[in-house]
Amino acid sequence: MIDTLAEFVEELRAVGIPVSMVEALDAAEALRVADMGSPEALRAALGATMIKSARHYPAFEAAFEIFFGARAFPDEGGVEGDVVASVTPAGAEAGGGGGETADVLMAAIVEALATGDDEALRRLVAQAVELLAGMEPGRPVGGRYYLYRVMRRLDADRLLASLAAAMVGGGPEHDALGGVLLDARARRALERLRDELRAEILRRLVVDRGAAPVARTLRRPLVEDIDLMHATRLEIEELERAVGPLARKLATRLANRRKHGAEGRLDVRRTIRRSLAHGGTLIDPRFRPPRRSKPELVVLCDVSGSMATFARFTMQLTYAIGNEFSRVRSFAFIDGLDEVTGFFDTRSGFHDALERMNREADLVRTDGHSDYGAALGEFVARYPGVVTPRSTVIVTGDARNNYRASGVEDLAWIADRARALFWLNPEASRYWDTGDSIMSLYAEVCDGVDQVRTLRQLEAFVERVALPTARPPGVRNPRSVLT
Amino acid sequence: MQTAIAFDDPSDVATRLAAVGYLPDAAIAQVVFLADRLDKPILAEGPAGVGKTALALALAEATGRRLVRLQCYEGLDEAKALYEWDYHKQLLRLQADEGGRWDDLEGDIFSESFLLSRPLLEAIRSPEPVVLLIDEVDRVEVETEALLLEILDAFQVTIPELGTIEATTRPLVVLTSNNTRELSEALKRRCLYLHIGYPTIEREKEILLRRIPDLPDVLGTRIAETVATIRELRVRKAPSVSESIDWARTLLALGIDELDGAATEATLNVLLKYQSDIDQAIKDLPLSQP
Repeated sequence: MIDTLAEFVEELRAVGIPVSMVEALDAAEALRVADMGSPEALRAALGATMIKSARHYPAFEAAFEIFFGARAFPDEGGVEGDVVASVTPAGAEAGGGGGETADVLMAAIVEALATGDDEALRRLVAQAVELLAGMEPGRPVGGRYYLYRVMRRLDADRLLASLAAAMVGGGPEHDALGGVLLDARARRALERLRDELRAEILRRLVVDRGAAPVARTLRRPLVEDIDLMHATRLEIEELERAVGPLARKLATRLANRRKHGAEGRLDVRRTIRRSLAHGGTLIDPRFRPPRRSKPELVVLCDVSGSMATFARFTMQLTYAIGNEFSRVRSFAFIDGLDEVTGFFDTRSGFHDALERMNREADLVRTDGHSDYGAALGEFVARYPGVVTPRSTVIVTGDARNNYRASGVEDLAWIADRARALFWLNPEASRYWDTGDSIMSLYAEVCDGVDQVRTLRQLEAFVERVALPTARPPGVRNPRSVLT
Repeated sequence: MQTAIAFDDPSDVATRLAAVGYLPDAAIAQVVFLADRLDKPILAEGPAGVGKTALALALAEATGRRLVRLQCYEGLDEAKALYEWDYHKQLLRLQADEGGRWDDLEGDIFSESFLLSRPLLEAIRSPEPVVLLIDEVDRVEVETEALLLEILDAFQVTIPELGTIEATTRPLVVLTSNNTRELSEALKRRCLYLHIGYPTIEREKEILLRRIPDLPDVLGTRIAETVATIRELRVRKAPSVSESIDWARTLLALGIDELDGAATEATLNVLLKYQSDIDQAIKDLPLSQP
């Protein structure tokens, strides 16, 4: 067990989950004292001792499934109590003429799911994989294709329909809402089946090739390492969940410049009041609460086609900040620029806001390709009052200007008026200044230019914004390019 | 220091928590058991209203221990969390004995009788073991977290004038966090991490039936399923377990025992607290149509 644990810890670290020495020892200690009779108990023990962030749980669970899932049902292996064999007459070909086999299995699976017979379900799933997946030993695959093959043979749509039919009865289903709930119940059952199949396929892969190699094949980046430019739909959903806490952090960092313990000026009136309790001795000085600065955030987002995925993410971030922090003004641009603050107010959901922005905001002037020069010019012309010495301005975009005028003098104008100007570029820094990218031209007037391809890099940026340096009035920014 | 073991095994945890009205899932029971055995604090994280604080309350009740609670907030400091010297009393002592030698006085006024215990110190000074709840730890600043480290890892508090006060008994410590910010690595490393999410439909129904014994079984299923479906919608604030309990109570009070679309729509404001969320649910669920 300890060997497996060591391998498991190594895998977690390889995925990017920080597991310290102490935590690994805690896990070993937990294994010693607790009864690990069930996979849930084992998972809880390992998770509690080594995984300290909800964000890392999906990766942990995937790895757990590989390393310890196979141990969960040690009594299995041979397929006994063969449902198919007992139902179909002997000689009804198990491998080739699949239609019938699949039908019999499907009926039995629906029955097991509808009645909640876990034991039967597990047996049936093992059989389904055996007969329908066509697994080939030794191939370095992750099993997704096998799952697809089984599900295709079982026919997911038909399965869903018969599941719904089998589940009627359990509430007033005659109304429309009841129908929706019934569908949801059937979908959950189907999801359950998919999970069981996945686990079974995984188990066989592990038996075939060993846990560590399978884990390597299946390794996926953590949320904080997902490439924001090329995230899949599923990954975007994961990112959206992770963005809330980060936005809150950015908002508090910007707003809360009060050092802990630092207090404001002496409050003479209250100090004297307090002294009355001690016969006039001024023993208990009182201070006024420190004045909080009220910084503002101005966000300019490139939302052109090439930036679609990243723009979606930055808008999500802006929206989340808006929820925390009232002084945000957001602008979107392609080759025209428009204020979008109103769409992202807190009363509407993010997805409605995004839709409204795409429909109503006036972002395209000519051809719909990015034109930073035009956009910056428009910002300075139409919204000159937005940027004040209290504003932090963040521009997000790849600085690919389609060989048009840069408008860098407008950016410099903004930089002069703002407290700080940051540029977040989702492109890898080695591609900056190649082709039509004019990043270093803009960098000259920015307080900082950051490559932000992942949540982790964004977090690093937020940490740095945390230390705003008050600039004496009239002194220009020290220009520095951070990578 | 005496170590009092509170639970025999995870199933003992589950039964005894269930007996006081808290239904833990397998993971919660296991982590509580480990926390008791390994003498480690539990850090419970998860969305609001899934029963993180309730876990600590239930633990206190199930073990018959006193609950010591530290509610965290922005600006919490040592004087509110650990201990404070009783200035007024010290001052009176000095005035009462003006001719005394300073050395005697100093030893006197910095002794335990002039110490005001705040929750953390109180928890470790207690002669019988307690349950210490440090609620919403994510609300304090990162710097303040450091205050907690000594107590979480060695169950002791160091007071410069007095020395180190060690725990006479090990408290069972539960920290809760709504995950509004990442807690520091140092804090997380010292804790067992327990993520409490929304319960499965079956467990939520069980919770409902346990908390509201009058609730008809069918209605319980229907409520649990509807709430689960609403949580999957894109709402800003998903309904919590406590809100679904409130909803069930409301429905009972209104005498609704068959929950159709119209009744759901009429009472949706118990479940969802933003108008935009209510609109969203009405849009996405077939409520008023027959």
